[in-house]
Amino acid sequence: MNAMTKLMLSACAAALLAAAPARADVTFALGIPATGGQIAAIGAQARLGAEAAVKAINDKGGIKGEKLVLEIADDQCDPKSAVSAANQVVSKGIRFVVGHLCSGASIAASGVYDEEGILMMTASATSPELTERGMKLVFRACGRDDQQGVVAAKYIAEKFKDKKVAIVHDKQVYGQGLAEAAKKTLAEAGVKPAYEGSVNAGERDFSALVARLKQEGIDVVYYGGYHTELGLIVRQARQAGLETRFVGADGLATNEFWSIAGEGGAGTLFTFSADVKAKPSAQSVYEELKKSGEPDNFAFYYYAAVQALADSVARAGKEPEAVAADLRANGFETVVGTFRFDAKGDLIDPEYVIFEWRDGAYAPTKL
Amino acid sequence: MGYFVDQLINGLTLGSVYGLIAIGYTMVYGIIGMINFAHGEVFMIGAFISLIALLLLAQLGVAAVPVAILVALVLTAVFTALWGFVVERIAYRPLRGSFRLAPLISAIGMSIFLQNLVQLLQGARVKPLPPVLTGRISLGSIGDHQLSVAVVQVVIVVVTVVLMAGFSLLVSRTALGRAQRACEQDRRMAELVGVNVDRTISLTFVFGAALAAVAGLLYTIYYGSIDFFIGFFAGLKAFTAAVLGGIGSLPGAMLGGLLIGLIEALWSAYSDIQYKDVAVFAILVLILLFRPTGLLGRQEVEKV
Repeated sequence: MNAMTKLMLSACAAALLAAAPARADVTFALGIPATGGQIAAIGAQARLGAEAAVKAINDKGGIKGEKLVLEIADDQCDPKSAVSAANQVVSKGIRFVVGHLCSGASIAASGVYDEEGILMMTASATSPELTERGMKLVFRACGRDDQQGVVAAKYIAEKFKDKKVAIVHDKQVYGQGLAEAAKKTLAEAGVKPAYEGSVNAGERDFSALVARLKQEGIDVVYYGGYHTELGLIVRQARQAGLETRFVGADGLATNEFWSIAGEGGAGTLFTFSADVKAKPSAQSVYEELKKSGEPDNFAFYYYAAVQALADSVARAGKEPEAVAADLRANGFETVVGTFRFDAKGDLIDPEYVIFEWRDGAYAPTKL
Repeated sequence: MGYFVDQLINGLTLGSVYGLIAIGYTMVYGIIGMINFAHGEVFMIGAFISLIALLLLAQLGVAAVPVAILVALVLTAVFTALWGFVVERIAYRPLRGSFRLAPLISAIGMSIFLQNLVQLLQGARVKPLPPVLTGRISLGSIGDHQLSVAVVQVVIVVVTVVLMAGFSLLVSRTALGRAQRACEQDRRMAELVGVNVDRTISLTFVFGAALAAVAGLLYTIYYGSIDFFIGFFAGLKAFTAAVLGGIGSLPGAMLGGLLIGLIEALWSAYSDIQYKDVAVFAILVLILLFRPTGLLGRQEVEKV
């Protein structure tokens, strides 16, 4: 190696060091799909919320006088890209990550963060697996899939007392998790399903299932899965003259459900995060967010995640371990509501509301 | 008992759709001895064309459902037949006379191409069609079980029966049918006695595609949700139906389709729904073990 190359290498190293954030800042990385496809629109929502929260915190003097800086880590909602995004976060020396947005990306990235002692807090990845692997520095500032099953089951046990209940799922991680959680909760409430079954995701013909439900005289079906299958089940049930009520989860919160199911979809219930926009306590943040576009729940939840994490860093300092302990020990007032985290890093009692489909739109149920 | 009849009706409906697709497989096999693996995709294209046609007609204000369906039927059959024609022209005809596997590989390539084409042009999301035929016809009752059948199911079975009858006539009574049977027996000999083999094969693809198109339309109005991938499973089931009935045999394809529909429905009725495909393919294996030519297939005569 000659002197010239050495010189260039050290110059490069100096340039790299200079690129690292200045010492007096606290940097959060925001793991989102910033580019690529439909999902990037949701990434933009998360960014909207997170940036607004950072601005609000800095306007109030930052974290103990230190400025909060947000760095975007683009994961394209893809596990492989998420790992390289995570590696970049590591190489920049960032210790805190808000995100990632997608479950698959979060799970992949969390492996990297766990090894490097970086704390991450997603506000949208709902897969139970994320927090089921004993990682101490992984937090989830939103509900997880199976918690919806619990909420729905409690609702069924209360509102459909002494009715015949069936549980059906699509054998996918999301759907089966929901169905199992619902079954467990129903059992605790003393309800034994009259029929339990599963369908194949991607299937179109559910006439056999419908005939079964009819035969068993089922009144309420809890369905774990997405709108494409349930839309068809509902449609074929109505075609067969079956008036059973269906209860599902947030996979049904899309207009496609209505276009597949048709008018027969009326009365279908599902669990979904409460609409933050409608909360009186969120109005000032709503006004602030509206300046840069119409926010949806993702924006609010990422706003809330930045709030909680910044609060914790202000109290516990800049060591991820200490912050993790602080997050588990305290409650956090955020725009979405009060956050409390359990030992796994999941939110305790996330707020789910029962919505109902009617006339091509869904709204909180009046049932 | 009522439950059994309900499931029987479901099975017949499903089987009719499989049968219509299976005819395309069996005819092409009969004439050129090749499995047209792109046939499932032709069915899928038919489903998309029918959806577009139905939505267009609704836009144009055609309110009468039977008229709309009839017009859509004709449009779908014509355009899908065109696809069938082009596929044969591009992917199979240049390979005729080549080694046996060449057109088969070409068919698989065509299948992948068509799937991706539709995915790119129409997107990967599910395309819904609101229910168009909603009524039910009561059939009385067995005990306290109300028997009834959906109008759309009746339409499917009736359309299938009519098409099957028409098609059998075409093959057994017309000049084209005679040419088809001649090609099936011995292509070279047929050519020598003046049968236009290329034209006959082209028309076989065209008619097969038209039937698949009708199946696509029926599928679209029955299930009301399609995507670019539906051709794969439907094609696989229909191919199984053709083999089960005896590949090369027209009534065999229909019988095979109905049987598969019925096995699926009855298995789901009395056993675990998630294993219905296992049941279908297990029965296929059994039948092939004991009757390798399928239910109505003829023994291959060794030519000397």
